[in-house]
Amino acid sequence: MEFAKNMMIILLTAILAENFILTKFLGICPFLGVSKKLDSAVGMSAAVIFVMVIATAVTFPIYVFLLDPFELEYLETLVFILVIAALVQLVEMVLKKFMPALHRALGVYLPLITTNCAVLGVTMLDIDNWDPSISFGVSFGNALLYSVGAGLGFMLAMVLFAGVRSRLDSEKTPKCFQGMPITLIAAAIVSVAFMGFGGVVDGLFK
Amino acid sequence: MFEAYIFPILLVTGCGLLLSAILVIAAKFMAVKTDETYELVRAQLPGVNCGACGYAGCDDYAKALCNGAKTNLCIPGGDSVSAAVSKVLGVEAADVEEQFAIVKCGGNCDATDYIMDYQGVKTCAACNSFYQGRVSCSHACLGFGDCVLACKYDAIHIMNGIAVVDKSKCVGCGMCARECPNHLIDIIPTTSKVYVSCSSHDKGAQTRRVCKDGCIGCRKCEKACPSGAISVTDNLAHIDPQKCTNCGICAVECPTGAIKVYPI
Repeated sequence: MEFAKNMMIILLTAILAENFILTKFLGICPFLGVSKKLDSAVGMSAAVIFVMVIATAVTFPIYVFLLDPFELEYLETLVFILVIAALVQLVEMVLKKFMPALHRALGVYLPLITTNCAVLGVTMLDIDNWDPSISFGVSFGNALLYSVGAGLGFMLAMVLFAGVRSRLDSEKTPKCFQGMPITLIAAAIVSVAFMGFGGVVDGLFK
Repeated sequence: MFEAYIFPILLVTGCGLLLSAILVIAAKFMAVKTDETYELVRAQLPGVNCGACGYAGCDDYAKALCNGAKTNLCIPGGDSVSAAVSKVLGVEAADVEEQFAIVKCGGNCDATDYIMDYQGVKTCAACNSFYQGRVSCSHACLGFGDCVLACKYDAIHIMNGIAVVDKSKCVGCGMCARECPNHLIDIIPTTSKVYVSCSSHDKGAQTRRVCKDGCIGCRKCEKACPSGAISVTDNLAHIDPQKCTNCGICAVECPTGAIKVYPI
């Protein structure tokens, strides 16, 4: 019971209270760039979830077993970017060879997010959340869960905003607000709405 | 010294080298063979993914071309693309029958009226689903320009309430025809000059009541046509482009002006 409760807290925190796009403001570029259409928004988010999970799965052990024991924490950013970029390339090749259908679905989005700040952000936040006193297995599981939640939160924000934008398209906006300005204002309003989730998760599991 | 400076440098360099080595090896072993002719053929196609060739897009058509599909199916590309593709594939070039779009409705703001002050979503598809559209004729062009949005060549515009095709820009891909909720747009060969600018199957009296420009099915054109290219079925004239000689007699005979000669 305690275990399930912990999992729910981590997931809901990542999805709602600490939504990557709308409260942490990471990954704004794909958020504004790919949210015009619902299907491309879903495709992009699927790719982000996928990359976030495998990136965490690789960078977390690297930090715990390689960087931390040698006191090289300051190399975190450098090594993580290197590893994530190479990893995504590798995964793309593997997908192309063995799962052409999945490769076609994630297609153009995979290389786009190799150096996305949301992906790097999730790996670094996992490190921030890491508690050396907990056994590696549990903390690794928590980190993976957090990255799944972050990806799902990304997807939620993208899908919500794709809906908002399709409404915006059919509205008559004043000329000076057309295009990017009204999109940014709409994004800000959606973001304000998400700020409301601030204390919800802690309150839910009291 | 070693701990503080050299080890980190070695570590990062080592990581980089290791990863690049893995990528190189992976690229070797995981390489997926792409057909070289496919890439070359694909590069020749225009890439608008209109589907006029009958395939799902340019990628799909290029694949089919490698497997022996006809080279003259790309209508936006025309003869030049057909020739280029044939050259790559080493087959004889075939002529493309060039086509363009016509809007089979002449019900502009002078000829017909709106029967409602439509305030809903401003697309033809939405308007058409609301009591068959805002125009008094239920087969009319709704004038919201779903076709204009679909066109990649800026060849169709709303003028005086109806869609009008700019023949000099139209390549005949048919993307607008697929968007029109009333199926008013037809793709005909560029050699055709005469067409019926009405799609109403209503009885003549009804058509006359709602539109000055509609085809009333009087069969005058059918009788006047010297080459027997016109047939009137369901109160609507139809011109067979194969038989039509573009003489234009029908357009002169037509009492409502529903048959038009290009350029108008």
